[in-house]
Amino acid sequence: MYHTRLMPPVDIDATVIANARLSRDYSVLSLAAPEVGRRTRPGQFVMVKPLGVTDPLLRRPFSVFEVLRAESGDVTGVSILNKRAGRSTRKLYELEPGDVVSCLGPLGVPFTAVQTPTEAWMVAGGVGLAPFATLAETLAASKTPTTLFYGARTADELFYLDFFERRGVRLVLATEDGGRGANGRITAPLEAALKTMRPAGTMVYACGPEPMLEAVARLAARYHQPSQVSVERVMGCGLGGCYSCVIPVKRTGAKALGRDGDDLSSGAHRANEEHANLVRSCISGPVFDGAELVWP
Amino acid sequence: MMAPDLSVALGALILPNPLIAASGCFGYGVEYEQVVDLASLGGVVSKGLFMNERQGHPPPRIVETPAGMINAIGLQGIGVHRFVSEKLPLLRKAGARTIVNVCGTTLDEYVEVCKVLSDAEGVSAIELNISCPNIKEGGIQFGCSLAGTYDVVSAVRKATQLPVIPKLTPNVTDVASFARAAEDAGADAVSLVNTFLAMAIDVETRRPSISNVLGGLSGPAIRPIAVRMVWECYQLVKIPVIGIGGITNARDAIEFMIAGATAVQIGTQNFVDPFVWSKVLDGLTDYLQRHNIAKLADLIGTFDPTPPKPVHA
Repeated sequence: MYHTRLMPPVDIDATVIANARLSRDYSVLSLAAPEVGRRTRPGQFVMVKPLGVTDPLLRRPFSVFEVLRAESGDVTGVSILNKRAGRSTRKLYELEPGDVVSCLGPLGVPFTAVQTPTEAWMVAGGVGLAPFATLAETLAASKTPTTLFYGARTADELFYLDFFERRGVRLVLATEDGGRGANGRITAPLEAALKTMRPAGTMVYACGPEPMLEAVARLAARYHQPSQVSVERVMGCGLGGCYSCVIPVKRTGAKALGRDGDDLSSGAHRANEEHANLVRSCISGPVFDGAELVWP
Repeated sequence: MMAPDLSVALGALILPNPLIAASGCFGYGVEYEQVVDLASLGGVVSKGLFMNERQGHPPPRIVETPAGMINAIGLQGIGVHRFVSEKLPLLRKAGARTIVNVCGTTLDEYVEVCKVLSDAEGVSAIELNISCPNIKEGGIQFGCSLAGTYDVVSAVRKATQLPVIPKLTPNVTDVASFARAAEDAGADAVSLVNTFLAMAIDVETRRPSISNVLGGLSGPAIRPIAVRMVWECYQLVKIPVIGIGGITNARDAIEFMIAGATAVQIGTQNFVDPFVWSKVLDGLTDYLQRHNIAKLADLIGTFDPTPPKPVHA
């Protein structure tokens, strides 16, 4: 399933092409990093930080949002969907064109795209929209029927809807204040859809807060559909060096996938399943089989 | 001018340059093959290894602090046997000079792990981890007592022909006396410093920022303290000192070498920039050429304590 060889990452001092503020908290930061863009596959991430800053010291992981292209079709860079939350993301929100950031990537295990007649359902919560723009393009290229289930706090925080519509993606929306789409969480319309699903089946892709990922993975399993979830953990390096971003996976699931055996304990421990197989989400993920993860 | 000679000698172990990847900051080395030619480094220190596998602490395991980070990974690891069978052949193939970081909960475990490594092909040296601040049993218990340091080093010394390099903790009053104890016990070199015991609190929740509450501080924030400790050890012992602590560039590496370090390890900066190695190597060459020094080894311990001239603004 994951045997396609990935390109090694590169590190670019990338000039900011644009920093489009979508709202008070969200911006799309476009970076001149063509070598990163050309190598990126949907679901992979980059490690980013403003140049020459030691506080905060480390880079931050971001899913590649868009692979940017000139009118000629040549890849010119990548963008990231940034949400102001901490010191780093505040700094990134404030960047202006001409500023420079370090951009290391692409990193991590990408999504595996399905093809028609299987449908693709992408479930995004908030900033979890990020990996689905590139995935939608891949799915559109193979004419795979694709739906985006997209939940946000308010209607103002539903972004890039026209981007997905232009690529033939069906939209199902939800807002926590009921301002647009279903009132509440996106998992409710997702479950309704799973109940009336066509027999060809679907691959459920998800990215968002971990409780949402858990709910989506459990729903998919309940209706016997496979899922791929993109997780985000506190990450130090992005390359497997520091063992910060570990996440528990089931022994059987991870072995079946044959990924990153380094992390897997042999079973000699008395430890419970939750801690038995802590794998590095940077190199074993960020995309995991939803059935493979152990939820808290 | 000819390219300067960057090689250094840790006793009988000759390294083509002084840059070593620090334990716990470079996985098992093989993870970095896709971005770094491992043979181009002076050496690679593995993640700390016990006899058996270990899970480490639950996440969150790191938190950033000004110019640094606190970690409590808890020595998650695959154990020495799997390291020898799964990682060492790859490191050998990549041409890495592999230094294995050895942990133990008991003196016997240190000895047994070292025996396994002595029988393996492709181990250049052993770094004895007697300084990890993040586990309850073993490790730092040896490293915080002069007698414990002496005992574990001399026991390992008797068990292996490989160079033995104890890694010292800075969480003691007089680190140089620990370097002396290690030297007396037959160590071939000492490496210092491991991380500083530290903690950070989330003031919104009043709870710890990492699951283990306490962790080890690393990064540029600790560099001046580490430089001081390297200088203190250099003055007291004859065996080579490996300097560690917040090195981010060639200037920082040179500072440690002037203070007395024969080689240096880079850890946290590798997280920030995995391409740091070639940049530091270029910077070392540039420095030596600017100062007309043919051999980097001639720089070791050349610190001049003459007070600086007053600077007028």
